[in-house]
Amino acid sequence: MKVLVPVKRVLDYNVKARVKADQSGVDLSNVKMSMNPFDEISVEEAVRLKEAGTATEAVVVSIGPAKAQETIRTALAVGMDRGIHVQTDEDLEPLAIAKILKAIAEEEGAQLVITGKQAIDNDYGATGSMLAALLDWPQGTFANTVETSGDSITVKREVDGGLQTVKLTLPAVVTTDLRLNEPRYARLPDIMKAKKKQIDAKTPADYGVDTAPRLTTVKVTEPAGRSAGIKVESVEALVGKLKTEGVI
Amino acid sequence: MAILVVAEHDNTDLKDATHKTVTAAAAMGGDVDILVAGTGVKDVMAAAAKIDGVRAVLGVDHVSLTRQLAEAMEAVIVPLMSEYDAILAPDTTAHKNYMPRVAAKLDVMQISSITGVESADTFVRPIYAGNAMATVKSSDSKKVITVRTTAFNAAGEGGSASDKMLADPASPSTSEFVGEELTKSDRPELAAAKIVVSGGRGVGSSENFAIIESLADKLGAAVGASRAAVDAGYVPNDYQVGQTGKSVAPELYIAIGISGAIQHLAGMKDSKIIVAINKDEDAPIFQVADYGLVADLFIAVPELEAAL
Repeated sequence: MKVLVPVKRVLDYNVKARVKADQSGVDLSNVKMSMNPFDEISVEEAVRLKEAGTATEAVVVSIGPAKAQETIRTALAVGMDRGIHVQTDEDLEPLAIAKILKAIAEEEGAQLVITGKQAIDNDYGATGSMLAALLDWPQGTFANTVETSGDSITVKREVDGGLQTVKLTLPAVVTTDLRLNEPRYARLPDIMKAKKKQIDAKTPADYGVDTAPRLTTVKVTEPAGRSAGIKVESVEALVGKLKTEGVI
Repeated sequence: MAILVVAEHDNTDLKDATHKTVTAAAAMGGDVDILVAGTGVKDVMAAAAKIDGVRAVLGVDHVSLTRQLAEAMEAVIVPLMSEYDAILAPDTTAHKNYMPRVAAKLDVMQISSITGVESADTFVRPIYAGNAMATVKSSDSKKVITVRTTAFNAAGEGGSASDKMLADPASPSTSEFVGEELTKSDRPELAAAKIVVSGGRGVGSSENFAIIESLADKLGAAVGASRAAVDAGYVPNDYQVGQTGKSVAPELYIAIGISGAIQHLAGMKDSKIIVAINKDEDAPIFQVADYGLVADLFIAVPELEAAL
């Protein structure tokens, strides 16, 4: 079974996003960029499927600027076999991304695509399910546990109120949630080896996909601030305040 | 303009998230219909028909929709969309699951987790875990939208919409429901509770979480947690409040042993009153708290419970 894992280069999750003064977006110049944390979990899961002998090949793909290659190398260093870099300087929407991924999944003959449940920059949370719809594949989103068996995959999903288990007939799309696994760190020898792994260079045009955006950003602003209140000296004082507010 | 709102329900009760989504839909202007997809949906449909400003309630009653699996929901909704200009659903896990499928099938870009409606085609939504707010204008002919329900007031009840049953959908053949493990609790639901008591890494262990739960029970509150507490295994993931968990906006939010990471604040900063109890006086949570108490939570929390 061939597994495909898309990864996105995003503002590092430890860095606070700063809105640009002209309200055109978030300032991404001279800030640390990393692999989307949910994508790290996807990569880890694909590598584990390979180590278990379930996956025959694990291919990582990133759609983004020249530097997205670094993100692909990171995935190769933890055990992905091969990379595909679809280079574009446009900030593509999940719909366009899903269309490109559909073409790649078909071309590669992938049986399983593992995506993060959302990217922590735009927070759309749409790519995985959109891809599943375009391919007419079943989906298991917000995966907590996955288990493959023959031509099916069982996905335990994080849902409101607890966990839900679904069984999907392969090929399928799985999107990862936080507790699926704990991603490993790349070892130095593997980082060196990853430099020799193959990365195919492509463009959106190679897949014949219209990537024109459907949404126009009118403006990006700071969220309404919440000012700090007061410190109370004791539990008694706190209870007094809350009673005055009428919330208890 | 005709707008379809998908109801949030558990086949027995209609959830408040539906009323809030109706408010967002009404702000776009046009006729609002509600879709109730599930099994044995008569009662839920009757409740939905009472929501103010609703034109009609559509029901579809089929075993494949009991758990609202994504493939089944797509099969029901996509054909309906020839009659509608927009579809809105709460951004809870049930709807976040299938809405992008609907969008992709209609070849439109989903507008996720909106917190504001500027006009019929322009919406405000949080990005970067709520550290920035983007105003986006959609050029798609149909709008597929999920709604951050904590940002909208619930529509009132007093209406009497018409109702109509739809034909049974075809069952999806490639996915099936196997089982579920739901957290059993007599406490209110996290997303709808008037009071939420949350614990963070400072609570220290799964056993220690009992003092958070005990305070919550005294207050009739829901129990939440920070991602750090979930990652540390103190509580299940569905307790998680924050960017990667649930968004809540109760009357009173009590954050205990929570430092106040950006990703946590994203999920609770719309609460009316925020109380923080933390022994670290420099914890970022104090910057958003209305009332802060610098104290050892293991002393302050039992004391607070006793004082109520």
